[in-house]
Amino acid sequence: MRHGKYPFIIGFLAAPLILYVVFVISPYLQAFYIALTDWRGITATPNFTGLDNFARLLEDEVFWAAVRHHIVLLVAMPLLTIAIALFFAYLLNLGGGSRGGRMNGVAGSTFYRVVFFFPQVLAVAIVGVLFQAIYRPDESGVINGVLARFGIEPIGWLTNPDIALWSIIGVMVWQAVGFYVVLFSAGMSAIPKDVFEAAALDGAGRIRMFFSITLPLLWDTLQVGWVYLGIAAFDGFALVQVLSVDRGGPDNATTVLPLEIWRNAFNFSKYGYASAMGVALFFMTITFAVLTLRVTRRERIEY
Amino acid sequence: MSHTADTPGAITRRQLFRRIGLTALVAGPAAGLLNACATSGGGAAPAASGSAAATSAANPLGVDPTKPLEVVIFKGGLGDEYATQVHQPMYKKMYPQAEIKHVATQQIAQTLQPRFASGDVPDMISNAGADLMDEGALVAEGQLLDLTPLFEAPSLDDPSKKVRETLLPGTVEAGMIQGKPYVLKYVTSTYGMWYDANLFQEKGWTPPKTFDEFKAFCETAKSAGIVPYAYAGKNAAYYQYWMILISAAKIGGNEVLVNIDNLADGAWTAEPVRQAAAAWAEIGPYMGKSFEGLIHTEVQTRQNQGKIAFYPSGSWLENEQKSNTPPNFAYAIAPTPSVTASDKMPYEAIRVAPGENYIVPAQAKNPQGGLEYLRIMLSKEGARGFTEKSGNFTVVMGATDGLELSPGNKSVAEAQKAAGQNIVTHSLFETWYKELETELRKQTNALMFGRISADEFCEKMQAAADKTKNDDSIVKQQRSI
Repeated sequence: MRHGKYPFIIGFLAAPLILYVVFVISPYLQAFYIALTDWRGITATPNFTGLDNFARLLEDEVFWAAVRHHIVLLVAMPLLTIAIALFFAYLLNLGGGSRGGRMNGVAGSTFYRVVFFFPQVLAVAIVGVLFQAIYRPDESGVINGVLARFGIEPIGWLTNPDIALWSIIGVMVWQAVGFYVVLFSAGMSAIPKDVFEAAALDGAGRIRMFFSITLPLLWDTLQVGWVYLGIAAFDGFALVQVLSVDRGGPDNATTVLPLEIWRNAFNFSKYGYASAMGVALFFMTITFAVLTLRVTRRERIEY
Repeated sequence: MSHTADTPGAITRRQLFRRIGLTALVAGPAAGLLNACATSGGGAAPAASGSAAATSAANPLGVDPTKPLEVVIFKGGLGDEYATQVHQPMYKKMYPQAEIKHVATQQIAQTLQPRFASGDVPDMISNAGADLMDEGALVAEGQLLDLTPLFEAPSLDDPSKKVRETLLPGTVEAGMIQGKPYVLKYVTSTYGMWYDANLFQEKGWTPPKTFDEFKAFCETAKSAGIVPYAYAGKNAAYYQYWMILISAAKIGGNEVLVNIDNLADGAWTAEPVRQAAAAWAEIGPYMGKSFEGLIHTEVQTRQNQGKIAFYPSGSWLENEQKSNTPPNFAYAIAPTPSVTASDKMPYEAIRVAPGENYIVPAQAKNPQGGLEYLRIMLSKEGARGFTEKSGNFTVVMGATDGLELSPGNKSVAEAQKAAGQNIVTHSLFETWYKELETELRKQTNALMFGRISADEFCEKMQAAADKTKNDDSIVKQQRSI
């Protein structure tokens, strides 16, 4: 039996590995090469220009605006999503207090669980179009229409440079929360009930139980959530493309790197420069993933 | 979302690390995906361009009558019926053996860019729309065919005349890149402020002739509950920068726009540009902030509903809105008002510019067929059919004589007559330098919605123009008229 092990493993791994190399690794390597050329996408022979594209990146204010937005996204989006998702997950699973020695969610929690997950099923493009109607800048918009009933002037959710990015972050959070409610619910249900019972007997309230028991025992799940959300914060292309004024405006207030990559490649025919942005984005993503794992590393709690 | 299946509490650090690594790779640079198909054809030589058949009086361009022809048409405001119902049947009639393949798309660049990279290009392209191919880049890479043989060929209507002699003056020059005519600009568009002649008659309004009158008009319209002037900031800021450029040319003459195209030093900080920007910035507040978040069809529809008095656009507007225009709505065009009393051009001056670009790829399999197709488009029959199907005028002289015109087109014809020789020239930087154009959209919105002053507008645009000028990766263009 033992001598057949390697052909067996190789046989199973070869196909996916080849697919992965051809469709994931090789485009990446090509992107690294194209970033060093002035390729304009319409010939087969680009000129090699060394680090010229990267030197240009350093002076490109639109690039830096996009990087700044990713930093805002990286902090705000995961924080808001995780905070809201944790709150809801706690209410759904443990918020109802103990009844007959068992911890329960608030009334109707099975119903809410389904409702929270709804946004997750919608494609990003649909969410974008939906929020076009919600954020519409005049009184025919959903939010501004409600505000108008209270005599409040329409707010330029997407046209005011100070709040446009936050409006888009709001959509991202709205879309992501449901998934993390489900993720954290699963984590919470894995925590042994008797820990909560013991705490309840000792007189701990809900808030105390949340911070002293739920949060520490959920740490691994939170870590996963943070990394996934952080990586999502490096995207944002579809929502910005659909929602923002003049694709990334007003005044570059909402632009993100994938949008600028798209613009440089398809609008300006600067595939070399766009690839250089792609390479920069690649390193930002990797750095983020490694840093997050380092910073959030903790002793595992055994139970 | 495979990770939902696991119990998250049981994920080890090692598993997590592995997953993050994979996710980072998948969610990372989009450029990886963009390039997936791009360089694979590295060694593929472009297909040899088709060899010409013998030329004759009946076939001056040497078309091989048996060769298939592929035509790619941008299906936007003009539709594509003019191609399928007029020009292609004409070609088929001349060359019955030729098979014609018609492709209609709204995304020219996405459709054709990969085909250019692999050398499999169509024989004629209408390069238009929001996502058109960068013609400067195509010429720089030797991908476009010089159209000189077409313009030198005898006209289909009158073999004693060359094609160029049957076109409006300036048509051939408008399509020049690096001194050669690579682009046929087929349609003439007239630019100005559009209004509903019936609404104006009913209210007793007339289009303002100066900016002082314009501001007074804005107050009148506003008190009548109508937005005096509006454009769509979300995706059509270029409709507004046309008006600013036209005003600048009226104040200082066409050389203001030629200087801008030539990236001349201080072209954007010149006094006429500053005055034009300042004049329009005063109109901006009458729109209301919400228009920055609307798209052009939304604003156009509101004008059709009688909620907006003036809408800046070109002569394609009437046809584009045909299905949304109420029967009592009569489109009419007004020139932009005069800014100063000493403007170089009178109020009646109007921008009439050849537009809608048609190109023949140099590596096409049947380039002679592509040229012949364009010659058919430039015949009187072809041009007339185009105007009937698309509602727009062509560059072919006298092609619309005797045609029944719509109200908007009648108004355009009258405005052109009133303008006489006072024609505001087109701008070529819009296609030559797309990054500069993108910046102009941003700054136009910032100016019109009150975030920057006219001075800041000029300085920011000058900085962007200087950046383009100093960027040696961008091929520079020049024009003299």
